[in-house]
Amino acid sequence: MNQSVNEQKTTEPKSTRLSGAQYWRENLKLIAICLTVWFAVSFGCGIVLVEPLNEIRLGGYKLGFWFAQQGSIYTFVALVFYYTRQMNKLDKKFGIKD
Amino acid sequence: MDELKLYTYIAVFGSFALYFAIAWWARAASTSDFYVASGHVGPVQNGMAIAADWMSAASFISMAGLIAFLGYGGSVFLMGWTGGYVLLATLLAPYMRKHGKFTVPEFIADRFMSRTARIVAVICLIIASLTYIIGQMKGVGVAFSRFLEVDYGVGLGIGMIVVWFYAVIGGMKGITYTQIAQYCVLIFAYTVPAIFISLQLTGNPIPQLGLGSTLADGSGTYLLDKLDQVVTDLGFDQYTTANMDSRLDMFAYTLSLMIGTAGLPHVIMRFFTVPSVKAARSSAGYALVFIALLYTVAPAVGAMARLNLSFTIEPQAGQHIEYEQRPQWFKDWETTGLLQFEDKNGDGKIQYHADQQTNELVKVDRDIMVLANPAIANLPNWVIALVAAGGLAAALSTAAGLLLAISSSVSHDLMKGLFFTSLSEKRELLAGRITMTFSILLAGYLGLNPPGFAAGTVALAFGLAASSIFPALMMGIFSKTISGKAAVAGMCAGIGVTLLYVFQHKGIMFVASTSFLGDMPENWFFGISPNAFGAVGALVNFAVAILITFFGDKAPEQAQIMVDNMRKPGSDSQQVFEH
Repeated sequence: MNQSVNEQKTTEPKSTRLSGAQYWRENLKLIAICLTVWFAVSFGCGIVLVEPLNEIRLGGYKLGFWFAQQGSIYTFVALVFYYTRQMNKLDKKFGIKD
Repeated sequence: MDELKLYTYIAVFGSFALYFAIAWWARAASTSDFYVASGHVGPVQNGMAIAADWMSAASFISMAGLIAFLGYGGSVFLMGWTGGYVLLATLLAPYMRKHGKFTVPEFIADRFMSRTARIVAVICLIIASLTYIIGQMKGVGVAFSRFLEVDYGVGLGIGMIVVWFYAVIGGMKGITYTQIAQYCVLIFAYTVPAIFISLQLTGNPIPQLGLGSTLADGSGTYLLDKLDQVVTDLGFDQYTTANMDSRLDMFAYTLSLMIGTAGLPHVIMRFFTVPSVKAARSSAGYALVFIALLYTVAPAVGAMARLNLSFTIEPQAGQHIEYEQRPQWFKDWETTGLLQFEDKNGDGKIQYHADQQTNELVKVDRDIMVLANPAIANLPNWVIALVAAGGLAAALSTAAGLLLAISSSVSHDLMKGLFFTSLSEKRELLAGRITMTFSILLAGYLGLNPPGFAAGTVALAFGLAASSIFPALMMGIFSKTISGKAAVAGMCAGIGVTLLYVFQHKGIMFVASTSFLGDMPENWFFGISPNAFGAVGALVNFAVAILITFFGDKAPEQAQIMVDNMRKPGSDSQQVFEH
């Protein structure tokens, strides 16, 4: 199997090999953005900052409580779809067909 | 036969007939069918199957009950069991799908070029999955014995036969399509009672909004404010701020559940069933939507059940109901022993208090909250019947996914991969089916004779996956230099530290008398509870592997090329699926 990996590597056009590192850097940047938001809504708003946020009301919800039991979950869903969409754009930009 | 029982039989056996029909239609013909459904599952379908695979009896039956009694502290389960999907979608699933193999240990073996790493991964996987299955089997037995009033063992047996039929015949292909049906059954069964109860209490049919609305009694009080007031009057902590141990413990517990979720092999495996990297990313998104549907309703179910329970026992402040006039659901659950009343002051009324001296509701098992909820709210019988079918769907779908993870790691990783490398495809398929049959028998036996440590082991499964599998996979993808030796040392150190910590506080193999430090918060490491220690174990795993790599042992050139390939979708994809 290692042999086949090497073979595929050499048959790959040179341009795609060069863009590989660039593609990965952009992906890492995107992951960093997503995980920052992921951390901020759950551990940040839902746990560490829950008391100050609870001073603010969202209808019947205290805001910190809302983040812990509702808001963080909605944000997670949005994050995964955001990541998927941005990666699809990135694939297109680098001419990757999957 | 009364009406409720008739409806329950119709709901349960109707749904079983549906699963059988689907399994027969989607039976597996090749190993590729059996392990990964030939990589032909679409992202929305896969999302639904992942959701059913993931949401077990614990999510369906136990979680809302836990939240009802923990209040804000119960948020760790909500955030922990959903946040893991962000990690899966960004850190693991797309690259593992790109690499394109059948099992998690196989991925680890390839990347780290190590047989030892593969064996360690198989051991971690089997321990984590087996402990998890025991819980599912118990759930099946309990649901049958409560709702159909058959013997616990008979219920368990029926459950085993159903799982055997569609998991062994259909493999991943059959499991995928039955899981899609099971998702529909369980989400319908979960949300319908929640909508009814939300309407009754707040006039708002959407439970997520109902929880933040005012009560429908015309008082203009918000539901959560009322609940805070009711529980503090009884002497409990305020519902919306009640904390779970320390802040740090809550932090570590949430993190453990998140990375444990991302490291559980039966969930990761589902990402091998989609046709492309793109589909792997989007199926994580759809899975989370389907999971969030239940997880955002659960806090409403929990809070409303707690409120309804108080309203039933104490309709007006200071006015307790007579024990003789207790409702039918109260009597039903008393016979199961999960609800117990003791008239301490002899006045014939039910007093419910936080103070153990005067509290007369001496036992309210948290698990009954979801199951009893429709009855407490006086909902029609067909809704109660639905809940039984939903709970069974949740338990069966998770059990099937776990069985597949176990049988594939035995037949594909141990037999085909390590010991009988010349095994033909036909024989491997047979070996997979035989392993699965044995796993079901073992799970059934353990469900019938649950070891003393069964209750503690679901939390342990997350700790194990978090401290062993997740770090190894993540380093394998995000570092080109981590070697096989480093990965093995990291996995052993991570899992070792976690096990040691759990055993020293909970007892060796959970036999309490052998715990040498005692299960008391004073002895906890920085106040971190044993259930939350997987996060620390994962840190140890990362640290050990990185140190070993730093001081010498680096991965060979071939592994680095492999990492380059898995990071980028497209042309150089290896064709692994035979058609």
